[in-house]
This record gives sequence, structure tokens and C-alpha cells, in this order.
Amino acid sequence: MRNYIDEFRDSEVISKIVQSLQGYSGPRLKIMEVCGTHTMAISRYGLRSLLPPQIELISGPGCPVCVTSTSYIDSATELADNKNVIITTFGDMMRIPGNNSTLIHKKAQGSNVQMVYSPLNAVELARENPDKEVVFLSVGFETTTPVIALSVSKAKSEGIKNYSVLTANKTMPEAIKTLAGDKELLIDGFLYPGHVSAIIGTDFFNYVAYNMQKPGVVAGFEPLDILYSIKVLIDNITNGKIILENMYSRIVSKEGNVKAQQKMYEVFEPVDSVWRGMGMIPKSGLGLVKNYEMFDTAKKFDIKQKDTPEPKGCLCGEVLKGKKRPLDCKLFKKRCTPENPVGSCMVSSEGTCAAYYKYGG
Amino acid sequence: MCLGLPAKVVSIDGNSGNVEMMGVTNKVSIELLDDVQVGDYVLVHAGCAIQVLDEEEALRTIDIFNEIKELGIK
Ligand code: SF4
Ligand code: SF4
Repeated sequence: MRNYIDEFRDSEVISKIVQSLQGYSGPRLKIMEVCGTHTMAISRYGLRSLLPPQIELISGPGCPVCVTSTSYIDSATELADNKNVIITTFGDMMRIPGNNSTLIHKKAQGSNVQMVYSPLNAVELARENPDKEVVFLSVGFETTTPVIALSVSKAKSEGIKNYSVLTANKTMPEAIKTLAGDKELLIDGFLYPGHVSAIIGTDFFNYVAYNMQKPGVVAGFEPLDILYSIKVLIDNITNGKIILENMYSRIVSKEGNVKAQQKMYEVFEPVDSVWRGMGMIPKSGLGLVKNYEMFDTAKKFDIKQKDTPEPKGCLCGEVLKGKKRPLDCKLFKKRCTPENPVGSCMVSSEGTCAAYYKYGG
Repeated sequence: MCLGLPAKVVSIDGNSGNVEMMGVTNKVSIELLDDVQVGDYVLVHAGCAIQVLDEEEALRTIDIFNEIKELGIK
């Protein structure tokens, strides 16, 4: 594994690939990346500016935090008022605005809200604080959910009863199907998320290629990974090859991480789920199975999430579907900034609007 | 949020392992992997190793890049 990173950043190879991409002279192509980490890398390395104008990269709903509904944040901030509760969460969630407040605001007001690096740390915290209920804000795609499942099954096997998770977990496949079938959007190809694929494998993306006639590439996260993957995808489209290509085979296999899938479906099962901006997508989320329902925060605290509208003027929904760009939003860089985000796409560094704000398109 | 970072496994103790990432050693769970060994590179996400890096495939990808460098591309 010698100079692994260096070789994936070799500038001579990059310039050759860019040259070849620049030579593209076919019809306009719309390629959607469905991963916040790709969105950020594309902006950070200025990859859009290296592509010819006919190739348009649009950002899809690639970040689990960005697609978490306002009502979920409202439930979390309400729960933070409960003196017997310790809220634990990944840092990204802290600044997402709900209708009334944010978690960081609650923390400043004295609520017990703690950032954790791993849900496994939240279980530790529950063990150390037996007189409190430790709630983990359970958001994530297939990359993260198996680790959350692990935390829940650990709590069960160790007899820890004061741990629970407020679920808003989402899975990629149904959302991709929705986007691939969108008659207004007309995506020509997908750049698929490498780390979600590491868990679920490549079969589903194959299905989208063959059955929905949308080609794709599974791509890693180095600039070369992304550029070469785009080149392979465009070559395939140009040659009429509607296939799925795995350009991240060093991490992604056909079957994925089976052990992680088993853990995930031991603890969770598919449920309908509301995506911020995209609305309800049937069976696109994960809720706890009966055998683990004693770890369900919503059941423990009788939480019913209400439907709440998006902030006025915010275009996050359209941005997440790739129909509008951040620059199209009147609030962009004006009322909505990383310091004071109005919509979720501005919150974390991987959000589409935040990436555009920091690095330009 | 789905960011995963490659790290080298330096020791294994039951369900957890010590991994080295950019010069820093961290303890992570290895429960989601079956056959991880000391010396392997793993992808770490949220305190848990979620995949072993396939060195052969990594080198194969690098070979493609080297070919591009030498041959040029169409
Ligand atoms: S920016 Fe943060 S919240 Fe948005 S998609 Fe990415 S990781 Fe998620
Ligand atoms: S600029 Fe702000 S309000 Fe507008 S779409 Fe982006 S996140 Fe939403």
C-alpha cells in the first residue's frame, strides 16, 4: 500500500484525464452525485470548472443530515428540555434549524446535549449515567446505520435500559429509484456513493442501470477517483453502454459487507420515511424491529412527529432533488450562511449550499 | 457524514482493534468485519471499521492510472 494517497492524487494523470474530458463533444449530459462527501470534494478541488460545459454535475440528496425533516429536529429540541435526558449526536446535527430552535441553542441554554464520535460512545455514556436516559439521534444512510444497530444490540446484550435511539435513518435505494424515474429531472447517469456501497454492494445499482436504463459508476473520494469515474461514465454513455461500473473496487464488492447488513436488519426494518425536500418515500427509512422496540425513543417518550413546513423562501427541497442550484435561492449568501443557516443544505460542510458557499460552484 | 477514513490495524483485542490514522492511534470496534488482521488497512466510520481495503484491487486501480500516464488516453 505504498504511497497510496499520493498515487490517487497524481497530477500528471489528472491532467491527462481532464484533457480527455475536455475533448467531449457529445450532447449535454446531466450527472448526479448522491453523496455529500462527493459534493464537497467536487467543490473543494474545483472539479466542475475542469469539465466541459456540456457536462453538468448536479448534487442530489447525499447527506443524511440534510434530508432530516424539520419535525425531527423539533422533536429532538423538545426532548432536550427534559432534565432527565442526555441527548447525544454527531456534530453535524447540532446546528440544523428546526422550527423553534437548534440543539446548539438548547445546549447554550443548559440542556445536556453532547457530541459523540460514535454511537458506541453513547452506550458508554448510558452505562456511566444510570439515572439518566441517554438518547442517540439516529440519522444516517447504510454507512452509519450498521454501527447504530451495533450500539442498540450492545445495549441489549449488556442489559443497559437507559439507552434509546430517535430514528430517522434512511436508505439510498428507494430515493435513487424516485430520482431515476423523475420525468422532469432527466438524469443521464449517477455517480454512486462509495461508502454506502461498501455496505450494500453493487447489485442495486446494477438494477438501476439495467431495469431503469440509467448508467452509473461507484466512485471513491480522491480527485482522481472522481474524475476518472466521470470519464468512464461518459465513455459508457457515449458508447451506448447502459451499465454499472465499479471504480472503487478496493473498498466496494458486489455483495458488500454482509455482516453489517445482517446486523442492520437484525435491529431495523424498512419503514416509510419523510425526506426533507423530497417528501414521503415509501420504505425508504429504517425503524426498530419489535425485538428492539424498548430502545425506541419515540415509544419511550410517546413522541409523534408532526408535519412542519420548510422555512419560507428556502429552496432546499429543489436543491436536494438537483432541480435548482444554491445560487437560484434568494436567501443564499444573504439570509442563509454557514454561521446562520436557514435550510439544512447550508449546515454541514458537505451540504450542497455550504459547499457552494465555501468554494463556489 | 458518510465519510470513512483508511487506517492501519496495529493490534486486535477481541471485538476491538487499535488502528493508526495519520500518526494517531485510535481504538475502534471491529465487530462488523469477519476476517480482519493486524497489518490490514480498514475503512473507519463512526468509531467502527466497516470494510477491509483490498490491496490487490487498490494496486490494480493504480496500475490503470499509471497506464494512462504512460500511454495517454483517447
Ligand atoms: S452536509 Fe452534513 S447534513 Fe448535509 S448531507 Fe452532508 S453530512 Fe449530511
Ligand atoms: S441557500 Fe439556504 S435556504 Fe436556500 S436552499 Fe440553500 S440552505 Fe436552503
